[in-house]
Amino acid sequence: MDLLLEALREAWRLLLTGDADVYDVTLRTALITGTSTALSTVVGVPAGLAIALARFPGQRWLVALSNAGMGMPPVVAGLIVSMLLWRSGPFGSLGLIYTPAAMVIAQVVIATPLIIAVSAGAVMALPPTLHLQIRAMGAGTFQYLYLVAREARLPLLVAVMAGFGSVISEVGASMMVGGNLAGDTRVLTTAAVLEVSRGRFGTALALGIILLILVLAIAILLTVAQQRQQRR
Amino acid sequence: MRLRSLIFSIAAIPALLLAACGTAETPKAPAPSATTAPATPTASPTPTAVKSSGKELILATTTSTQDSGLLDVIVPLYEKQTGDKVKVIAVGSGAALELGRKGNADVLLVHSPAAEEAYMKEGAGINRTRVMYNDFVIVGPAADPAKIKGMKDSAAAMKAIQDAKAPFYSRGDNSGTHAAEQTLWKAANLAVPKGQPWYAETGQGMGATLTVALEKNGYTISDRATWLASAKKDQQPILVEGDAKLFNVYHVIPVNPEKFPAVNKTSAEQFRQFMVAKDTLSVIGNFGKDKYGAPLFIAYTE
Repeated sequence: MDLLLEALREAWRLLLTGDADVYDVTLRTALITGTSTALSTVVGVPAGLAIALARFPGQRWLVALSNAGMGMPPVVAGLIVSMLLWRSGPFGSLGLIYTPAAMVIAQVVIATPLIIAVSAGAVMALPPTLHLQIRAMGAGTFQYLYLVAREARLPLLVAVMAGFGSVISEVGASMMVGGNLAGDTRVLTTAAVLEVSRGRFGTALALGIILLILVLAIAILLTVAQQRQQRR
Repeated sequence: MRLRSLIFSIAAIPALLLAACGTAETPKAPAPSATTAPATPTASPTPTAVKSSGKELILATTTSTQDSGLLDVIVPLYEKQTGDKVKVIAVGSGAALELGRKGNADVLLVHSPAAEEAYMKEGAGINRTRVMYNDFVIVGPAADPAKIKGMKDSAAAMKAIQDAKAPFYSRGDNSGTHAAEQTLWKAANLAVPKGQPWYAETGQGMGATLTVALEKNGYTISDRATWLASAKKDQQPILVEGDAKLFNVYHVIPVNPEKFPAVNKTSAEQFRQFMVAKDTLSVIGNFGKDKYGAPLFIAYTE
């Protein structure tokens, strides 16, 4: 119990004093996970719409595959990306291993299947008559996709939030491809792991609390943006 | 550093907004790359900003040098002297040697003599140089159920732990400390008690393993530096120390550039020389003195 109180005090202190390192790590976390969430959304949502709406051979397999991808263990994604980006790997000459860019790549690998699966599910859950109605109004392909996405915007928000949640909270892949380099690839989760291994549990928990605050802030931001859209 | 934070803060804003607007935008965007494409240019300055500053040196090392805080002192010193940028990958000695073996690092700082000699024999490293030492200690619960406190022979202490079937927590991760532990079982003429109910492998770094042993009232072997730097020393005292078998030597090994042309050989050699330079050794020898009353590492070069 003492430890929890101590951690709360430590978190409070770090936030109030605007500790430069913590501030830096928090911003970096926001930037890296924000970028990977954005990229995963750009790829994942259209791909999710496509596999939910298009009719082509092997479509059901793709749905199953993306559903399975939801369970992609971050450490496996990290290992595969590491093997590709290490100097001994096929993309070693790019010099991307142990950079924020490598972390973004690994996080996109983790979040994209999740966003595809959730957004495909969102669109498939729409009432089947809706598709007929839109088609009957004579909508073209793009108008059709736009209207479908509009109808499903709330569950699509959930898809993006799920993708964001998966990358901001994961530690295995970030640790492996980023290397937890101070001032460079150290994010809130990897910093917390380091503090735990150093036996500084108070600081570690403080970092966790800051992470939760960040997630909460972004969830609120997304929800507000979403509801404003809804009212229009 | 300041510049980079600035880039981060500027770049973070659009990234956050993009993330926030992600769904709001998508309905308009069956070909959404048009609206969200700016994400890519926003992201790219980050890696380039990192790369442009001096040469990059990948140092694969053990968790003990990081967990004890030594590298937080040594690495900035080296970066200031040379303008290089060091990427520290802190893993167990076994994993560090493996990174070197594949040419995925430029220089190693490790403490696993037998494994290092095998590594050198394969021709994966050059100019292996002794840097410093500290020692391993056997720590355990203050109650000391195996009655090993004050024993002078560490192998006999291991046998006492086995005889008492007292819980023992092994690193189990091919680290230098794990190798040292296995050597001790051998020195006691015992098989490594893998699979025994009282013997468990954490598979984690030294700091984490000390915590597990503390919580479970078990024994473990730690390098002195990590033990000193970790908390709760009164509940997890040193029980056996000072035996020659507990000697823990660190070597610096540049990865062989002839085998791996991608290796940054200039910086690797520069780092090797830096580690054994007089000034650096005096920093190493004084590290931790003010905080723990004794140095965590002792300079010990050839």
